[in-house]
Amino acid sequence: MKQNEQSGAVKWLLIAFSAIFLAVMLILPLIYVLITAFREGVQPYLEAVTDPYALKSIQLTLEATVIAVVVNTIFGLFASWCITKFQFRGKKVISTLIDLPLTVSPIIAGLIYVLTFGRQSFLYPYLKAANISIIYAVPGIVLATIFVTFPFISREIIPVLTAAGKDEEEAAALMGAGGWTIFRRVTFPHIKWALLYGIVLCTARAMGEFGAVSVLSGHLRGKTNTMPLYIELLYQGYDFTGAFAVSSILVVMAIIILVLRSVLEYRGKKNEE
Amino acid sequence: MKKKRKQRRVIPGFGLSLGITVTLLSLIVVIPLCSLVVFSSQLSFSEFISTVTSPRVLASYRVSFQTALVAALINAVVGLMIAWVLVRYQFPGKRIMDGLIEVPFALPTAVAGISLTHMTVDSGWVGSIFHKFGIEVAYTRIGITIALVFIGIPFVVRSVQPVLEKLDPQYEEAASMLGAGRTYSFFRIILPEIFPALVAGFTMAFARSLGEYGSVVFIAGNTPFETEITPLLIMSQLQEYDYASATSIALVMLAAAFLILFVNAVLQSRASKIVSGIG
Repeated sequence: MKQNEQSGAVKWLLIAFSAIFLAVMLILPLIYVLITAFREGVQPYLEAVTDPYALKSIQLTLEATVIAVVVNTIFGLFASWCITKFQFRGKKVISTLIDLPLTVSPIIAGLIYVLTFGRQSFLYPYLKAANISIIYAVPGIVLATIFVTFPFISREIIPVLTAAGKDEEEAAALMGAGGWTIFRRVTFPHIKWALLYGIVLCTARAMGEFGAVSVLSGHLRGKTNTMPLYIELLYQGYDFTGAFAVSSILVVMAIIILVLRSVLEYRGKKNEE
Repeated sequence: MKKKRKQRRVIPGFGLSLGITVTLLSLIVVIPLCSLVVFSSQLSFSEFISTVTSPRVLASYRVSFQTALVAALINAVVGLMIAWVLVRYQFPGKRIMDGLIEVPFALPTAVAGISLTHMTVDSGWVGSIFHKFGIEVAYTRIGITIALVFIGIPFVVRSVQPVLEKLDPQYEEAASMLGAGRTYSFFRIILPEIFPALVAGFTMAFARSLGEYGSVVFIAGNTPFETEITPLLIMSQLQEYDYASATSIALVMLAAAFLILFVNAVLQSRASKIVSGIG
């Protein structure tokens, strides 16, 4: 660290450059949304965010996000338990498949669901007979949201459980504790912060997913439009105040998520120590 | 853990957890991917080739590849600098700066997209400044690149940061005692150590940028042959219900993504061999 003192100029130059870059690239777009949303005053803003279509899109986004978080939490807990506590054949394959949605472009994620449930799929006649519509309907949006956020929670838990090892659980099991008791009393305290952290990341992505949802939504106003899709619709209709007003809700959510994230990361690090 | 392989399972819940994991994994990931494979096997090979090599599609690869590459290179340089600043220096506001890195993860891409676009059009806050110098940002490749820089920056910073934190300062101290200058010791001692992490961050940013849609679609302008990216082309094929073309182009994109990840894996394993002295 002595070296740093010798070159204060380089240090402050690098800090200044980083700060300017982050301010222009990351903060300016955030602030710009808020300013543009209120540019025409409070009244148009309130009108835009309380528009029935806007409220409907908020509701759909909330629904999809909650379902995705619940499904991925259940999956994340079981998958990380399965992967970190046991040795079995095919474990590598399962880990690879879990991470796969991260490498797939959102558009391709949407495409594979269209191919699975769309008109050319062998499932289509059955779905039609049962009167279930998945693509261009709410279930498709929910599925796409689950897909793009699928690994988010298990990815946070698995490293923590791998580091914790399985001795404690084995001891508890040998002393006669049941699975649920072991999980609740032994495992859960280890993964608490990682789980919350994963849920926060999952919420952020689920709320904002655009590409995959866009492929699977029929873009029906008031029916299959999530907030990002509704924003697109308003923006393309040159209703900039409306688009930025609805965006501002997502910006506020993003700021809350960032604050939660850094609090959780701090608590998680403290917990490890 | 490896030596305990044949041990009996003491911890309960293997069947249940494996069952739930495999079921959900199949429903959400495996079956949809299989339908991609099944559908692609029905495509005729000559049609596939003519679709993926048609001039408009080739132009879209070029746009996607160029912009993603330039953005990932910018991110590698700037991301390395930001990681360095965050790890090595103490200054007021450091924790806030650290938290800000994740803005692109937290902000929905569509919101980032409209915000960047609206700022950089000729009459916008930023666009009007560039317009004076005759540079158009929105609806050009420069605009696409800016959106991709926004998306990719956390990948590089978050990949380099932990490695830089763990780097033992004694090598630098030794180098400086032996008379090495700071620049010399950076390029000869620090850079080789963090290079694998930098490559990993670069690759993730690059792969993500190739597939990015939400933030790019607004700023791109989407003129065929000029600013039309490959994901957008897939999207427009889908809107015309041309599933065969959409799937063909998607297969090329998937192949490119896997190739990038494979190259990264090779580079990583080679780097770890060099570091551990086996190679």
